[in-house]
Amino acid sequence: MQISGARMVIEALIKEGVTKVFGYPGGAIMNVYDEIYKQKDFEHILTRHEQAAVHAAEGYAKASGKVGVAMVTSGPGFTNAVTGLADAYMDSVPIVVISGQVPMSLIGTDAFQEIDAVGISRSCTKHNYLVTSAKDLPRILKEAFYIARSGRPGPVHVDIPKDVTADIAEFDYDFEVELETYKPTTKGNPRQIKKAIEAIAEAKRPLFYLGGGVINSNAAEEVRELVHKTGIPAVETFMARGTLRYDDELLVSMLGMHGSYAANMAMSETDLIIALGARFDDRVTGKLSEFAKYAKVIHVDIDPASISKLVNAHYPIVGDVKNVVSEMLKLSDKIDPDRYESWRETIKNFDELHPLTFYEDSQNIKPQWVIKRVGELLGDDANISTDVGQHQMWTAQFYPFTRPRQLISSGGLGTMGFGFPAAMGVKAAVPEKISINFSGDGSILMNIQELMTAVEKNLPVINIILNNNFLGMVRQWQTLFYDNRISETDLSMQPDFVKLAESFGGIGYRVQTKEEFDKALKDAVKQNKVAIIDVVVERFENVLPMVPAGGSLFNMMLLEKKEK
Amino acid sequence: MSESIRRVISVIVVNEASVLSRITDLFSGRGYNISSLTVAPIPDTKYSRLTIVTEGSLRVIEQIVKQLHKLIPVLRVYDHVDFVEKEMALVKFSVDEDISDIAALCEAYNGKIANSGDNTIIAMVADEPKRVSNFLNIIKRYNPKEIVRSGAVALER
Ligand SMILES: Cc1ncc(C[n+]2csc(CCOP(=O)(O)OP(=O)(O)O)c2C)c(N)n1
Ligand SMILES: [Mg+2]
Repeated sequence: MQISGARMVIEALIKEGVTKVFGYPGGAIMNVYDEIYKQKDFEHILTRHEQAAVHAAEGYAKASGKVGVAMVTSGPGFTNAVTGLADAYMDSVPIVVISGQVPMSLIGTDAFQEIDAVGISRSCTKHNYLVTSAKDLPRILKEAFYIARSGRPGPVHVDIPKDVTADIAEFDYDFEVELETYKPTTKGNPRQIKKAIEAIAEAKRPLFYLGGGVINSNAAEEVRELVHKTGIPAVETFMARGTLRYDDELLVSMLGMHGSYAANMAMSETDLIIALGARFDDRVTGKLSEFAKYAKVIHVDIDPASISKLVNAHYPIVGDVKNVVSEMLKLSDKIDPDRYESWRETIKNFDELHPLTFYEDSQNIKPQWVIKRVGELLGDDANISTDVGQHQMWTAQFYPFTRPRQLISSGGLGTMGFGFPAAMGVKAAVPEKISINFSGDGSILMNIQELMTAVEKNLPVINIILNNNFLGMVRQWQTLFYDNRISETDLSMQPDFVKLAESFGGIGYRVQTKEEFDKALKDAVKQNKVAIIDVVVERFENVLPMVPAGGSLFNMMLLEKKEK
Repeated sequence: MSESIRRVISVIVVNEASVLSRITDLFSGRGYNISSLTVAPIPDTKYSRLTIVTEGSLRVIEQIVKQLHKLIPVLRVYDHVDFVEKEMALVKFSVDEDISDIAALCEAYNGKIANSGDNTIIAMVADEPKRVSNFLNIIKRYNPKEIVRSGAVALER
């Protein structure tokens, strides 16, 4: 079939099963938008900023496990999208971002809205393409989707000059992607797996260390089974929350900078780390030379470059977590769960010594209470997005997660402004769940314009602002490490969030008591509209425990004990 | 472990636009060191071969190899252990220098006078990089006007 490059983009998206595209038009991509106008197979969601389009595509991808798609124009359209690409790169999110480019004949002439887009995206994408001929488009688009979702997933950027979208060429999409130079290893080496099982059977204090790769490979079910069959306790990274249910006996909560005392102590005392799709990030390990000093390491990851990058792996297993864990399950009879009874006891004692908790000791609502309360009221019925800051860490600590892909957040890049557009993408992907975005008074303003998108497209996200009148997380560091010099983090100057929401056609609530909060949340859920619930919370609350940056994991600042 | 070692790495890549910047961006972006880099197409294939001389701890070298592998257009990465390595250098001298001395030196370093003009001559040597360095050190006394080194190429034995 002979069609234009622009039409090829549409055909490819349809063939890839794309149902939502998030984007923003402009000169260089207009040929494609003209074809979007003519088609009915997918919905285009016009965000009000390109960064939001990419975060929405990420939210869509993270919640559904499918490839998310965003579309932007050249120049400023593309540069606005870069933060989203970088975010997806850091968190291994499968998205394809299509950008318009000035016509081939103008490339290199400093043409209007020309920017070297692939030059910019090279370092923050898994791969990128500048399409120089319409006849290459079918192959490139198919490769882009394949690369985005296979192996360690990630963002792929396709830059298409305007004349390429106008040109006519043959379109054929019925072929298998064959990349001689790209063949991810998905099956783990059986000998290594057997050795790993033997090591587990001989260990005294083994510990599962679960990372985002478990979620990406859809391995939560297998991992749950392996954890229960072996009776080995598990810690989760921020990115892995929801792999085990919050009330699972063997879950020792989150580890890392704001991990629980028990999780960080378990990691410090273990003699065998079983790392599944985790990458020993500095926010997890603290000071490397003091990290898990007694431990041997089994490291399962689809990305060989993640293995032995920071912590030496004694049993490296390159492969897809789901595959490898399934193989491990077949051999798990060799492991006697009773063997680890006293280890489980030790961890329980850690937890009893310093449980993950907070005190209701102020006039104002405690931010942690809000998270817990939403958990009590909505629990499994909600998908949870967050922005970045204290509220994000409290969400990870206190929300009762029950399933993978329930928490959608920006981990690696820590992008303020991620939460709201991502929550729209989540809602677009999983409309039957309530979409909550826990945000801060700082972060929410970084993509507040998306109120318009959400209202227009009826994506009823409930934004819950834990309003502390501060860039709270930075304020916390200033309090703890900079002698309380509050440099440029005071956000006492605030908009009226209720009016703000209303002016876009959403609903706003300002909340100062627990009763008001319950009423507001129930009303927002009932009304099923885009909402902001602006909750006045205790200003000076700190996120604890805390491992100071560069400190040892076992040296935590802890909550001071008080009578409840 | 953290001791810095010199390493020669060969990379076979698909010969396509911007593939070289993918490689050099990887090195600069991750703070790896490039001592020299050469690149040329492999005859009768769609591939090019790069030879990169780098320095770093064992862990860094291991990461370099893995990160190179991760780039989509990279077919193969050789972290050379037992290999033959050669580098070429061209040096320009004034004809007023002692040309027969220079010619004799060149010969000792696997080279010759490659060109002689009215005012200048150009000497060429091809040898192991360390020996090329030696040569360049020795010929300082003949006041070289211009020096160019090609960067190393290597083949595993
Ligand atoms: C785009 C961006 N800019 C700056 C930062 C640095 N930063 C991290 S947390 C934070 C404060 C966030 O404040 P708020 O959204 O109110 O959340 P809180 O910590 O108060 O809960 C800042 C400025 C960031 N992560 N992202
Ligand atoms: Mg705040």
